Amino acid sequence: MRCGDFKTSYAADMTIFESGSARIMLGLFLGALFTLPLYTPGYLLDIINRIGIAVIGAVGLNILTGFTGQISLGNAAFMAIGAFSSGYLATRFGLPFYFCIPLAGLITAFSGMFVGIPSLRIKGLYLAMATLAAHFIVEFIITKWESVTGGVNGLSIPIPKLGSFAIDSDARLFVLIFVIAVMAVLFAKNLFRSKAGKAFIAIRDQAISAEVMGVNLLKYKLLSFGISSFYVGVAGALIAYQAKIISPETFPVTVAIDYLGMIIIGGLGSILGSIYGAIFITLLPELLRMGTSALSGSFPELVNKLAAMKELVFGLLVIIFLIFEPAGMAARWHSIKNYWKLYPFSH
Amino acid sequence: MAQLSCSDIQLNFGGVRALSGVSFDVQQGELFAIIGPNGAGKSSMLNCISGLYHPQQGKVFFEEQDVTRLPPYERTRRGIARSFQNIALFKGMTVIDNLMIGRHLHQQAGLITGGLYYGPAQKEEIKHREYVEGIIEFLEIQSLRKSIVGTLAYGFQKRVELARALALEPKLLLLDEPMAGMNLEEKEDMVRFILETNQERGITIIMIEHDMGVVMDISNTVCVLDFGKRIAGGTPDEVQQDPHVIKAYIGEEDREEP
Repeated sequence: MRCGDFKTSYAADMTIFESGSARIMLGLFLGALFTLPLYTPGYLLDIINRIGIAVIGAVGLNILTGFTGQISLGNAAFMAIGAFSSGYLATRFGLPFYFCIPLAGLITAFSGMFVGIPSLRIKGLYLAMATLAAHFIVEFIITKWESVTGGVNGLSIPIPKLGSFAIDSDARLFVLIFVIAVMAVLFAKNLFRSKAGKAFIAIRDQAISAEVMGVNLLKYKLLSFGISSFYVGVAGALIAYQAKIISPETFPVTVAIDYLGMIIIGGLGSILGSIYGAIFITLLPELLRMGTSALSGSFPELVNKLAAMKELVFGLLVIIFLIFEPAGMAARWHSIKNYWKLYPFSH
Repeated sequence: MAQLSCSDIQLNFGGVRALSGVSFDVQQGELFAIIGPNGAGKSSMLNCISGLYHPQQGKVFFEEQDVTRLPPYERTRRGIARSFQNIALFKGMTVIDNLMIGRHLHQQAGLITGGLYYGPAQKEEIKHREYVEGIIEFLEIQSLRKSIVGTLAYGFQKRVELARALALEPKLLLLDEPMAGMNLEEKEDMVRFILETNQERGITIIMIEHDMGVVMDISNTVCVLDFGKRIAGGTPDEVQQDPHVIKAYIGEEDREEP
């Protein structure tokens, strides 16, 4: 049991982790995480890589929707913009990945800010509709602008190289993805300890009084769209490198719904929640698939029906979370943690 | 010239005239009260000063500059802060974070420096945290520091709202019914804070309040609105004797003899 935890400076009071032991635990966890490629089989590693990408995307969407309160259904479109701009830069100009990924992020950030302009006037469901419209416009452009995107045939992405070192295996991609993911999570966590991040939350909680407190609404809403889209664009670029071939069908509108599901189930307005949600939603279909293939031996006639169950389970879980834990997995995690903190003397 | 000067303010909502030809001056360091029956246009007047409403006619001068067309955040930058009648705090944030938003305009950190945090952003956060702690001490809300604002009792939320406005380091503070719905002790505390803010910090205060006892006791100047018009103004004593005010509040005496 942890007690007598007194702070002697404001810096110590404003740290991300309450105690040294939490910091050590995280260090150990990250250490263990980066040993995963050594002993994890390829198929699992591929799923883990997808989780890492989803973490980046979900944190990005949560910055906009969970923290700033601007609902966006344009997530998949922004991801596509990131993927295709990175692919275009890599194939056409032969840029290495360490330029392609940040540039793709920047291009997506500017597209996101452009889409975000109406957000000063419209909010809630109307903004959701506007961003959904943006999704279909982007999809249309990507399909038709064949000289850049390859149209329906898609774009094949060259293998990323660091000098002569090719990042061609799942294990190597793992390191690339998770280094970026860790940086992205840390950056977001810090953002909400500083001026801009707090302004985002203020806009979500009370836009009018935020404005009276001196927050320039348009500027900070656009900044939120920008930084959020940067994250999503980077995630898109990583998807391109992982999938090796991308086409407009790689980013259907259901991807945007999946990401919304991640942040709702994980916890709106929580960085930790975005991570939980990303893990959960990425693993869910895999677990269901494993379950169905395990059952296929004994009940072969059920397999087809079980495959269709996936969507049903997904929808059901979102509803269950909305009813029983509207604050998401992150809130549940906190209450479990608080329970054990005082165990066995919990009130 | 007066610190704040409103001249001939006219505000319409469609066909409804909320304010017509309201003018008054507020001197530096004054405790200025706006009173009037419900629907008299008091809150609309404050909204015109803080920039949430833009009057169709008339001008608002703050420190000899025309601020009539400026957006709210620009006026805040020049030193006008306010609290709201219905508490408008950031409910999901802690008391400290609410006050830190008050330091928004005093902070420099951008998106990138903020996200990198260690270095300039952290230094800045600590500096402003110290200022915010000063206000927390002033308003005696130390024990609520880390509470989520939405979970606090009403009286404390009102106090946090005053704290948040003070965190802006304003020159002029607009308070919209700072004592509404409070019991006697809470009111006494609030009056003490308002007086200290006004006298020790030297902040000019414009206050809307329905509690006449409080208004007549603490304010230097009172402005009376009724149906969007300014019907009287002056020291509390003058206003209390004014026949228009008596008429607006109590109604006209029936002079006809039976």
